[in-house]
Amino acid sequence: MATLMLRIRIEEKTFPGDDGQRRTIFCPLSLDIADGQVCVLTGPSGVGKSTLLSIVSGVDDEFSGSVSGRALPVGMLFQTPRLLPWLTALRNIELAVPGHAPDAARWLAAVGLKGHEQDYPQRLSGGMARRVALARALAVEPALLLLDEPFASLDQATAQAMRRLLQDSFAKRRPTTLLVTHDLASASSLGDRVIVLEGSPARIVRDVEISRRDEAGSARFRLGNSTQ
Amino acid sequence: MTEVSAITTNIQRWQSAAALLAMVLTWQIAASIAADRLFPGPVQVVSVLLHEAVRGELLYHLGISLARVAASLGAAILIGAVLGYAAGRSRRADVWMRPWIVLLLNMPALITVILIYIWLGLADTALVLAVALNKIPNVVVTIREGAGRLDKDFAEMAELYRFGRAAMLRYVVLPQLAPFFLVSLRNGLALTWKIVLLAELLGRSNGVGFQLQVYFQNFDVTHILAYAISFGVVMLAIEYGLLVPLERHLLTWRR
Ligand SMILES: Nc1ncnc2c1ncn2[C@@H]1O[C@H](COP(=O)(O)OP(=O)(O)O)[C@@H](O)[C@H]1O
Ligand SMILES: [Mg+2]
Repeated sequence: MATLMLRIRIEEKTFPGDDGQRRTIFCPLSLDIADGQVCVLTGPSGVGKSTLLSIVSGVDDEFSGSVSGRALPVGMLFQTPRLLPWLTALRNIELAVPGHAPDAARWLAAVGLKGHEQDYPQRLSGGMARRVALARALAVEPALLLLDEPFASLDQATAQAMRRLLQDSFAKRRPTTLLVTHDLASASSLGDRVIVLEGSPARIVRDVEISRRDEAGSARFRLGNSTQ
Repeated sequence: MTEVSAITTNIQRWQSAAALLAMVLTWQIAASIAADRLFPGPVQVVSVLLHEAVRGELLYHLGISLARVAASLGAAILIGAVLGYAAGRSRRADVWMRPWIVLLLNMPALITVILIYIWLGLADTALVLAVALNKIPNVVVTIREGAGRLDKDFAEMAELYRFGRAAMLRYVVLPQLAPFFLVSLRNGLALTWKIVLLAELLGRSNGVGFQLQVYFQNFDVTHILAYAISFGVVMLAIEYGLLVPLERHLLTWRR
C-alpha cells in the first residue's frame, strides 16, 4: 500500500566513552517505517532513542550504514528546545519557514502561545520553550516528523492539548513520524506502531502495530514483523 | 530597579564625580607647589586645549589619527576574524597559523612599524598595515576561542531547517561570536591608538603622534598634556557613546 518507505540500516554507531574506548550504541539496527506511519519509540533512558532520531534526521552522519527514503522537509523537536536565545519566539519559527511569516504566527498561536511572539526564549518556561520548538517543527509542514519526548515537562492539560494538536496534524498531513515517549498512554492514542528499544548495544525487543480500524476503542494488537 | 539599589547607584555616581574632582585638585595643588613651566596645572592645560581646538590644529590632527585608528582596527578585526574563525574550526588551519601568531604576538610594535616603513615607505598604507599587523594576532586568538566554542546543537538545528549559509552566519554564528568581537574591539581600541601615535611619531608629518614629537622637541609640556587629554576624552566618548550602546544592543536578549 505504502509507496515510500523510510529504510534505516545502521551497521554500527559508536560514541567515544569516558575511558577512551568507544561505546557501541547500535550494532546493528534496522527498521522500516511505512510512509505516513506514526511510530512510537520507547525504551529506558540512555538506550539510544535520541541518537536514532538524529541519525534518521540526517544531522548525525557519523555512523556506518544508511538511511534512505527520507521524505522532505524534516521537522524535528529535539530533546532540548534548541531555540536561538538572541531571537524572539516568533523569529525562531520564521527562520525555519522563510517567506511564510504568517504561518509562524499561526503555529505559535496553535501551541497556545499567542501574545508571546516577542518574548526571548530565556523569558519562557521549559514547557513554553518546548511548545515553541514544536510549533517550529510543525510550521515547516514536515513530510518526516521527529519528536523527542514532546510531552515531557508539560502539565496535564497542556500535554493533552499538544496531543490533540499532533493528532490533528497526523490526520491532515500524514507525515511519517517517529515519536519518542515514555508515556504509553499517549503512545497508544497517537501511534500506529510501538517499538521498544533495550540493551547495550540497543536492540528492538518489541515491535507492535496498533490497528485503528477498531473504532470501539479496544485497540487490537498484533505482532509486527520484528526485524531483529 | 528597587529604591535601595537606586540610592546606592546615586551614591556611587557622586563618589565617582568626587574622585575625579579630587584627582584634578591634587594635580592643581602639585602644579602650584612645583611652579615650573615643565609642570603645568589643569587650568593652564585646559585653556591651551580649548585654544588649540578652536584654532583648528588640534581637531585636524585628532581627526587624522582617529581615521588611522579606525582603518587599522577595522582591517585587523576583519582579517583577524576570518583567520581566527578558520583556526577555531579547523585543527589544521590552527597548526599552520600558530607559529605566525606566536611570532607576531611577541613582536614589539616598534620593530613591526620600523620594518614596514623600510619596506613600504613612509606612507599611510604602511602605517595602517603595521598597526593592523600588531593587532591581528590578538583578534585571531580571541575569535579562535569563540569559534572553537560554537554550539553544535544550534548548528544541527540550523542544518535540519536548511537555513543556508547567509542565515547560518547571521543568526547562528555571529551572535555567538558577538561577545568575542566586543572584546577584540575594546582591547583593540586601547592597543591600536597607542601604536598609531608611535607610528606617526616615527614616520608621518601629521596626526597627534607627529604633533607630540614637535612639542617634545620644544619641551612644551602644556601642549603635550593638552593633546593627551583630548585623546583621552575622545576614547571615553567612543567607549560610552559607541561601545556601551553597541554592547547593550547586541546583548538585549540576555535581560
Ligand atoms: N555526543 C555524545 N557523545 C558521547 N556519548 C553520547 C553522545 N550522545 C549520546 N551519547 C551516549 O549515547 C547513549 C544514548 O544516548 P541517547 O540517544 O541520548 O539516549 P536516550 O535518548 O534513549 O535517552 C547514552 O549512553 C549517551 O550517554
Ligand atoms: Mg533522549
